[in-house]
Amino acid sequence: MKRSELLSRILITVTIVGAIGTPLFIWARTPLIHASVAEDGGWNPDTIQAHIGVPLHLKLTSDDVVHGFAVGQIDMQSVDVLPGKVTDLTLTFDKPGIYTFFCTRWCGLNHWRMRGTIEVSGSPSEPEPATVPMYVTLNLDIDVLHDSPVVPKQTPSAIRGQELITNSPILRSSNYYRSHSPYQVFDDLSDTSLTESQRWDVVAYLWRSNTSKDSFANGKQLYTQNCAACHGENGSGDGVFADDLTAAGEASMQTMTGADDMMMQSPVDFTNPVRMLGASPALLQGKILRGGMGTGMPMWGSIFTEEQIWDLIAYIYSFQFEYQQ
Amino acid sequence: MAKIELTRNPFIKNALKSRYPQLAVFIVMLVGYIFAILAGLIGTSVGSHNFSIVFVWIAWWAILILVAVPFFGRGWCAVCPIPLPGEWLQRGAVLSPPDKKPKWLNLRVPKMFRNIWLQNISFLLLALFSSVLLTTPNITGIVLAAMLFAAIGLSTIFERRSFCRYLCPVGGFIGLYSQTAPIELRVKDKQVCVKCEGKPCYNGSQAGYGCPWDVFPGGLTKNTYCGLCMECIRTCPHDNIAINLRPFSADLAKPSTRMDEAFKSFIMLGSAMIYAGVLLGPWGAFKNAAYNVGTGAWFLYAIIFLAIIFVILPGLFTLGILPTKSTLPLKQRFASLSTALIPLGLLFWVAFSLSFVLTNASYILAALSDPLGLGWNLFGTANTTWQPMLTSLLAPAQTLALVGGLIWSARTAQKAANEIKISSIPVIAFCFITTLVMLWLLL
Repeated sequence: MKRSELLSRILITVTIVGAIGTPLFIWARTPLIHASVAEDGGWNPDTIQAHIGVPLHLKLTSDDVVHGFAVGQIDMQSVDVLPGKVTDLTLTFDKPGIYTFFCTRWCGLNHWRMRGTIEVSGSPSEPEPATVPMYVTLNLDIDVLHDSPVVPKQTPSAIRGQELITNSPILRSSNYYRSHSPYQVFDDLSDTSLTESQRWDVVAYLWRSNTSKDSFANGKQLYTQNCAACHGENGSGDGVFADDLTAAGEASMQTMTGADDMMMQSPVDFTNPVRMLGASPALLQGKILRGGMGTGMPMWGSIFTEEQIWDLIAYIYSFQFEYQQ
Repeated sequence: MAKIELTRNPFIKNALKSRYPQLAVFIVMLVGYIFAILAGLIGTSVGSHNFSIVFVWIAWWAILILVAVPFFGRGWCAVCPIPLPGEWLQRGAVLSPPDKKPKWLNLRVPKMFRNIWLQNISFLLLALFSSVLLTTPNITGIVLAAMLFAAIGLSTIFERRSFCRYLCPVGGFIGLYSQTAPIELRVKDKQVCVKCEGKPCYNGSQAGYGCPWDVFPGGLTKNTYCGLCMECIRTCPHDNIAINLRPFSADLAKPSTRMDEAFKSFIMLGSAMIYAGVLLGPWGAFKNAAYNVGTGAWFLYAIIFLAIIFVILPGLFTLGILPTKSTLPLKQRFASLSTALIPLGLLFWVAFSLSFVLTNASYILAALSDPLGLGWNLFGTANTTWQPMLTSLLAPAQTLALVGGLIWSARTAQKAANEIKISSIPVIAFCFITTLVMLWLLL
């Protein structure tokens, strides 16, 4: 074989092996977390291992549309995960446990299904006792109807209620507020000299006085980011996914026995006083924590902290009450 | 305008005669091609950020249809990497002269396939799946790999570059449109070829290989099937091969008489119009139908696509030329006059391609720095934001291309009609109507 032929063959072989081997090598050493809409698999991988105190470096990329990434129960700003781009992120956990990460962008109908877990191992410096949610301690059945038998003729006003409030410390306690529905408080006030309308105004004031400006703002932000896609910006159950969710739910139920009894419900209308004034904050806590109820309502217990859920609930009631003039 | 022989220039002649410059280009192209396959298979599934989509369907396509084909004819075929591994395997060598005994089956392609019908079919297959192919990296990777392996497989069964000549989906239309290009490979003196013993340009010699494109250069009158591989320049013992600069569309003065080439004109013309409507138009239902391969809507889209190309456009064309008075059979008139559609088709594709190339060219910089979507920033351009380019020039450029194509085709129609002594008016009217439709679709 001539020398030129031999050299050509070597050159071709080396360059082709290089063209294949180099990208393959680098690709294999770049573990990416891929995000795609839930219908196409959601997060891949959806389980990540970490150790307390050891920085966890993540490289996130989207295979389709813009997604977001955040981890529940920890204090972090969500980051955007862009199609074809790589987002670098470093997290450090100081408590062991199973954390839920989730998509923070309304990426599609099943956006809320885009979740995964980070399993953080290691021994905690100080063991924390588990707290039992209030709806459990009150033994509330969150799946039964809780309609209010009476609804106000006009929107209850916290401003008017403030002028009428009695000095009952029970009415002002946070436990009382959380464990009673607005209707129950309205009913408790029946032995006063207040008119029906005034009693509702006092209820509105009680609800406002059990949240702070910051908590309310935090609840509003959480609602806008996580709830409005289905329940609507104005709480009326008409979010951008509402119709599609209902249609998809109905379609999926068609094949099931007893489908008529189990029809997928539309996202709840928070402006409906019959439903909302019959629900206590503790009941709503249960619904938010667990989700379900025969609807597409996700489980938020692994994502929101207890404080965040109370803030969110305080904001949700604002669709029933006038808090400001 | 007289022809200018470029190979008179010693630098050009030596560069073409030596195998090394071509080999260097081949290696770069082959590495790029293999990288594109790999990028399609392992890179990000987001097409606009994947090297395979951006460099094949935006960068390569722009160079091919806006520069290579109009100005260099089969210039792309001269550097195309697809046939190389198969050809090296077939020859058992990269540079060395061929053995006398073939290493593989070395069969002749059956006569029934020695036309461009298979190329017409392969192009249409890609065209029908193009909405998915052009946007899905792994499909692009698979198709690129399939073409490479098909070329290798055919090289072990048939002689010469059977893939390029008879199957390549791109080669068919490049050949058709290369007739308009201002460059050609021709013999200087046909009498020299007549007297030449052994015809090494076709049969090979110690100086090089017989024409890989199965063409006898001494008989070349059109660019259509000359792949500009330059092998005959190396093998001709009489220095009788020249690369010439010539006027545009010189080959169109000799109208084709082949139905496979005639239908190629309609396939290309119709595809450009359908693409303009489906890919660039405002009709979401068409886009969805084209994208959802395998659904009922897609089958309907495929039927309409094929009907436009094989029934509606040729039907209207035939209806137009039917009343023309001529002793020639209709089939021959159809084939000859369809030559007029070649410049029009080419400029339809130029106008269509300008739209999506200028719209998407900014992806090239980002994909260059991060070709696999792994977060690299090789040249500091990974975060280049998408921005359409030269938008104010787009509509005027497209209009110019389409009107220019119409005038060019009308002139070609006159020549083709004169050749067979019939009226050119029906063909010009056909070109006029299709140009109006294309203008409406694009603007």
